[in-house]
Amino acid sequence: MKAYEFLDHTADVKFQAYGATLEEVFSNAALALTRLMYPDNVKVNDSLEMHIAGRDLESLLYNFLEEFLVLFDSRNFLLAGIEKIKIDRQEFKLVAEAVGDRAVDYEIHRGIKAVTYSDMFVRQDQDAWIAQVVLDV
Amino acid sequence: MSEIPVRRVSKNTYEIPRAGDMKVPGTVFTSEALLKAITRDKTLSQVRNVACLPGILKSSIVLSDAHQGYGFPIGGVAAFDMDTGVVSPGGVGYDINCGVRLLRTNLTNADIMERQREVVEALYRKIPSGVGRGSSLKLSRPELDKVLEGGAPYIVGKGFGTEADYLHMEEEGCMRGADAGKVSQRAKERGIGQLGTLGAGNHFLEVQVIGAIYDDEVAKVLQLSEDQIVIMIHCGSRGLGHQVASDYIKKMEQEYGIAHLPDRELIYAPVKSQLGQDYLAAMAAAMNFAFANRQVITHWTREEMQCLYPDITVETIYDVCHNIAKIEEHVIDGKQQTVCVHRKGATRSFGAGRAEIPATYREVGQPVLIPGSMGTASYLLIGTRESEELTFGSCAHGAGRMMSRKAALRSLRGEEVQQRLQSKSIEVRAGSWRSIAEEAPEAYKDIDEVIAVMHELNISRKVARLVPLAVVKG
Repeated sequence: MKAYEFLDHTADVKFQAYGATLEEVFSNAALALTRLMYPDNVKVNDSLEMHIAGRDLESLLYNFLEEFLVLFDSRNFLLAGIEKIKIDRQEFKLVAEAVGDRAVDYEIHRGIKAVTYSDMFVRQDQDAWIAQVVLDV
Repeated sequence: MSEIPVRRVSKNTYEIPRAGDMKVPGTVFTSEALLKAITRDKTLSQVRNVACLPGILKSSIVLSDAHQGYGFPIGGVAAFDMDTGVVSPGGVGYDINCGVRLLRTNLTNADIMERQREVVEALYRKIPSGVGRGSSLKLSRPELDKVLEGGAPYIVGKGFGTEADYLHMEEEGCMRGADAGKVSQRAKERGIGQLGTLGAGNHFLEVQVIGAIYDDEVAKVLQLSEDQIVIMIHCGSRGLGHQVASDYIKKMEQEYGIAHLPDRELIYAPVKSQLGQDYLAAMAAAMNFAFANRQVITHWTREEMQCLYPDITVETIYDVCHNIAKIEEHVIDGKQQTVCVHRKGATRSFGAGRAEIPATYREVGQPVLIPGSMGTASYLLIGTRESEELTFGSCAHGAGRMMSRKAALRSLRGEEVQQRLQSKSIEVRAGSWRSIAEEAPEAYKDIDEVIAVMHELNISRKVARLVPLAVVKG
C-alpha cells in the first residue's frame, strides 16, 4: 500500500494518506506534509513529544498537521517522521513522538500556509484507513 | 464537473439563479472564455454555498480571476447585514491582508537594464524570501503587540520609512479596532521572526517598467509616465495571519458546531456576537502585521536601491489589501447601509470622492494594484463608482490560477521557465527551482483578459500596464 498520494487541485495542494490503522494514516499524512516542504529524507537530530486534541477525527488530524507548521515557524523544526503515536478514538486525543531536524540546515522547497478543512475526510474503507487533506500553500 | 446552472445576463455578466437554500443569487463577472475555466473546478458550487449564508446581501459575487478556494471561492466578494449577517475566517482566507504595494521611482528602463542582474541579486540578498529565511529584524514581544495594534505608522516611527508611505496605504496602514490580546500566543510565536519577509508561494518583489499608459489624466495625478520604473511588493501576514484564521475557525466550531455547514471551511459567527467581534479584532491585528511587513520591505528596498542609485527617489503610490473583511458603508437598493464586506482574493476599488481614499487621489479614485503571474504584466487601475454599485467596490486581485501545481511541475521545469524569462529580458531569482516551475505563467489565466473584463464592466479603469524586469520570487 502507498503511504500517500498527491492529487490535482487548481490552486492548493491536495493529498490522500493511507494506512492499515488510524495511527498509520496520521503518520503518513504527516510524512506527506513534510515531503512537500522537503522532498528527501530529513535527519533525526531532535525529538518532541506532542499532545493533540480534537472534537472529531478530522479536527484531530487538522490540529496534528497544523502543529508541524507551528513548530516549523516558531522552533525551526523540520519533521522527519513519527516515531510513536497513540490515538484515543473516543476522546479524540493523540500522543506522539515526532523526530526531525533544524529546518535552517535544509533548502526548503515549499511553504505551507495552513491546513484546511476543505474536502477533508478521515474514514475506514474495508481494511484500510484513508485521509484526505487540502493545504493552503 | 460543475452542474451549477449559469445564465448569461449580458456581456461579462453571468448569474447563478437563486435556488434551494440560496438567500441571494450568485453573480459571476467574467468573460465567456474565463467562465469555461472555472466550470471545470468547484468555483461555482462555492459561489452557491456562500449565497446560502445568513444575512448575505444582494449577491454572492466572483470576479474574472476567480478560482476554487476552500469554503469561499478565491476572487470572491460577499457582504453581510450587520444585524442578521455573519463574519467568516474562511471568507477572508488564511493569508490575512495578503496585498500589494507599488512604489514609484525616478528611474527609467535604461537605468535598470544596464545593471539588471546586479539589481536582482542585491534585492534578493536584502529581502528575505522563500521558506524558513527569517527576518534580520528582531522584535520583542511588547514591540510585536505594538506592530499588531499600530501597523505601518508604528513601524515608520521606529525608523522604517516615511509618513508619506503610510498616508498612501489602504486604512493609512493601520486597521482600526485591532486588539493584540485577541491574537493567540501561538500566532505570535509564528510571526515574531517574520516581520520583513516575503514568504513563499506566489509572493514576490518585482522591478517593473511602465509599458503603457491608458489614462493620461489619472497617470498625471499618480505622477506616472511611460518608461518609468516602479517596484511592486506582493506579500501578507505570514505565519501570524495563518494562525489567527485557524484559531478562530476552531473557536467558532467549538461555539456553533459544524452540522449546519455544507462545507466546514464556511464556519462563521454572527457579526455582532462576541466571537465575531473578537475575530474582527484579531484579523485587524493580523492586517496591521501585514501592513508593517510590506512597510519594512519597502524601507529595505529603498535602502538597497539608494546604494545602487544614489539619486533615486522611492515613494509609495499605494498599498492594497486583498484578503480582508471590513465594515463599510454601501448603497443597496438606493439605501445607505453599513455592511460587513468579505474580500477573499479581491481588491477594494472605490470611486472618486470616497473619504477612505487618500486626499491626493480622492478626485480620481482609489488606485487598484493587480499583480500578474511571474513574468507577465501587472496592472494599475483606478476604482469607480460603478464598482460600488456592482461589486461592493471590489475588483479582481490577480491572474488567478488555472493549472494545478502538480500539473505545472509535470509539464514544466524550473530551469526552462527561467531561461524563457531571460529570453524575454526578465531576470528572476528564487529560493527554489520548484517554486519557479509552479508559478510559471502557463499555470495562470491570461492577466490581460482578466483586466479587460474589469475595464469593460467599468469596475476599474486601466491606467498603466507594468512589465517585469527583475523578479525576486518568494
